[in-house]
Formats: sequence, C-alpha cells, structure tokens
Amino acid sequence: MEAYTPYLWDLGRIAFMFAICLGLAGPLTWAERRQSAMIQDRIGPNRAALTLFGREIRAFGLFHPIADVIKLITKEDTINIHADRFLYNVAPFIALFPALMTFAVVPFGPDITVGGEVHRLQVARMDAGILVVFAISSIAVFGVTLAGYASASKFALLGGLRASAQMISYEVTMGLSVLGLVLIFGTLEPSAMVVAQGELIGGWLPRWGVFVQPLSFIIFFTAAIAENKRIPFDMAEGESEIVGYFVEYSGMKFGMFFMAEYIEITVVAGLLTTLFFGGWQVPYLMDGVEFVNAAGTTIVGTGFHFPWGGQLYTGEWVGAGLRVGAFLFKLIFLCWLQLMLRWTLPRFRYDQVMTLGWRRLLPLSLANLVLTAAVVLLI
Amino acid sequence: MHSYGTLLILLIIALGIAGLLHTLGTVLGPKARNPLKDQPFECGQIAKRPLRQRISVKFYVVALLFILFDMEVVFLYPWAVVFKDLGWLGFWSMITFTSVLVLGLVYVWKKGALDWE
Repeated sequence: MEAYTPYLWDLGRIAFMFAICLGLAGPLTWAERRQSAMIQDRIGPNRAALTLFGREIRAFGLFHPIADVIKLITKEDTINIHADRFLYNVAPFIALFPALMTFAVVPFGPDITVGGEVHRLQVARMDAGILVVFAISSIAVFGVTLAGYASASKFALLGGLRASAQMISYEVTMGLSVLGLVLIFGTLEPSAMVVAQGELIGGWLPRWGVFVQPLSFIIFFTAAIAENKRIPFDMAEGESEIVGYFVEYSGMKFGMFFMAEYIEITVVAGLLTTLFFGGWQVPYLMDGVEFVNAAGTTIVGTGFHFPWGGQLYTGEWVGAGLRVGAFLFKLIFLCWLQLMLRWTLPRFRYDQVMTLGWRRLLPLSLANLVLTAAVVLLI
Repeated sequence: MHSYGTLLILLIIALGIAGLLHTLGTVLGPKARNPLKDQPFECGQIAKRPLRQRISVKFYVVALLFILFDMEVVFLYPWAVVFKDLGWLGFWSMITFTSVLVLGLVYVWKKGALDWE
C-alpha cells in the first residue's frame, strides 16, 4: 500500500482538477444561455425537468447541460461523402484532449503537510510550467485546422483557415505578454509565481501580476480570448454567417468542439488567476508571521496581518481552506467576466483582428517587455 | 521537483475521456443515411463548384511570420528567467537581438504582408 500512496495523491489531484474544469463546463453553458436570455429579455432554457415522486423539478433549467450531453451522444453521427474520413474523425479528438490537460500546471492551493509529508495542490509542477501550457495549448490549432480541411465544405474550410491564422497570430502576443511577469518573478513555475505574489508593495498593496504588469494583463486577456475564438474574436464561427469549422459535424463530435471551448474558458480563467490575480493568495493572509494571543505569548503561524494593525490567527488548515476558496472565487469570477464580454461586445471584422494582433498588440507587448526589463534592472 | 510522470498519467486519462466521448458518439445514435444527407452543407443547394478551393496566400504568410516570431519568444524565455543574474550585458544583448526582429516586423509591415483590407 505504501508504494502506491504517491500515485493515489496524483490521482486525487487529477480528480480535483477534472472536477473543476469539467464540473464548471456544464454550469458555464447554462450560465451563458441563462444570462444571455436575461440580457436579451427572454426566459432562456427552463424546459429540462426531472420528475421525482410525481413532482416536476425544473431548477431554473439547471438540468439542461445534462440533457444536452445525453442528446448529443444519442444523435446520428453524420459524415459527408467528400470528407476525409480519418482526419474528420480525429479532429474533434485533437481539439478536446489538449484542453483537458492545460489546467495541470495551475496551482489551486498552497502546499499542505499531511502526516509529516508535504503535498502540493497542483497536478504537475515543472520548472518549465508556462512553456508547457503554451506547448500543449498550441496542439489545439491542429484540431481546428484539420476539422476545417477534412470536412470538404467551403464554410468549414473558411472557418478553419480563419481560426488557425487568428490563433497562431495571437499566440505570439500571448507568449510575449507573459515575459514581463517572468522578468519580475524570475521563474516560469506557476506555483513559485503565486508564492512571489504573496508579498506586499509598500506594506499594503498585494504584489499581484495585475498591479505590477497592468498592460501585460490587458494584452494577455485579449490574446487569450482571441485564442479561444470567442466574441469579439469569433470570425472563425460567426454564427450568423459561416457557422465555422464544425459546420459538418453532428452529435457528440460537434459536442467535443463545444466542450473544448468551455473548458478553455476555465483554463483561461485559471491562468489569469495564477499569473495576474495572485492565484490562491488571500490579501494579508501570511505564513510564518508572529501573533500575540490573549495570554500574551507569541506564536508563529498562518493568519491575517492587516496593514492598519489588526491581526487574526487562523492556523494552517483554516488558512489553506480560505486560500482554495479564494482561488475558486477568482476563477469563477473570471469565467463570468468572459461570459459578460461575449454578450456585451460586437464582433470585429477579420482585417481588424489581424491588425490588432500584429500591428497593435505585438509592438505594444515588445515595448512593455523592454520597459519592464529596464525598470527591473534600475530598481 | 519535476512531475512529468504525473503529466503522463494525465495525458492517458485525457486521451481516455476524449476517446470515450468520441466512441460513444459514433456507436450510439441512429444510422439513417441518405444521399442528400451525405452532401456537404451548402445552404440547401447542391454544391456546383469544387469543394476544396484555393487558399488565399495571406494565410501562408501569416504562418511564416508566426514561426519567425514564435522562435523569438522561445529564445526570450530562458533569457527572462536568468535576467537578474545577467544584468546590463544581458539587457543590451537582448535589445540587439530584439531590434533585428523589430526591423523584420517593420519590413513586413511596409511590404504590406500585414494588410488584410
């Protein structure tokens, strides 16, 4: 049994990660539909019902994601006669599995000590963390391109081409925008970055990425949405015009592209949280600081040290719980922000997207990099 | 600490989930083919022109530019990690390297490779 314990911890972490990214994907589709209905003064999905003991439970349409999956799986899987069968079948597969893997480097809590052993609350910890994210997520471009090419449909080809050109354009900008943070924190490892973000600037402002690199945050967020092909960058789909690279897909194979998109929303939110919003850090909650208790003795541990002088001892476990909670709160808030963006912004034209990517954001992120480097050396 | 082993376990699980959904989607569901359903989507008409059309050369140019600039980013990453140890020497070396690529960007910009209008 002893020998298997590390693997059990690994499986536990992976299970927790899937609980976050798959568990959020369903409610996100519900939230998106429900919220858009509210914005457009409609009722939205409310028909899926569960009958229990003769009573019909609708729960504001919360069963819709489950009903959707069952429906998608049991639909006919069509394939047109001109399509390349092998590539057509492999494309949704290539689109989905990288999305399931990218969340691995995001730490969802601090290291905890159980039975004298230190365990990380992060699926995979590697020195090259951020690079691994970019390496895995760029595989998804192949899924989209192949789907467009193999479908043998004009609309799918057009959508696939637009999607691939847009994704690779913004990948450059995305990579450059993170570099400013790497310069400041001196590491590529997400959990080390989160630990570094626990410090305070001037004794009161958390050293979060968004405060030390605000421009980089805006560029990264824009590029990440473009990478995920969501409104205002949804030329690849443009639901009212060309439908996109998955126009020929039906049933669960379409569902896999759809799922990948919603998992990527969670992944983008996770990366933003980790890089720019202090990951699991709660402001002023610190480790290894001194507390004076009621009896007048000093103890060292985890707790709040407020800049205005107050202090509150929480202990390691409550502290860890608060931090995981803070991570989930930031994650869900950033997911919601992406849904809000989708329903408040109009779509760009394709030339505007390419101009924004190559002529605005790329020079801007290069300038940001050089400026950050100079400032880091001068301080 | 490197957890590439965990990443491998995760890869197998992710492939398993994607494979399971793919297989379920293929196996379940009716199989009612007919000649019209087998046609590619064309707004309700039978396709007349060839389905695999020529692709605008601009997409190839973007792909070439992507390789160039992504290479640059990859070179910048290790530099950024050890940046504080390198000091001003590292700063000026990378300025030289980056300005060559900025010149390249200015060149393709002026040549109109980034024009999509």
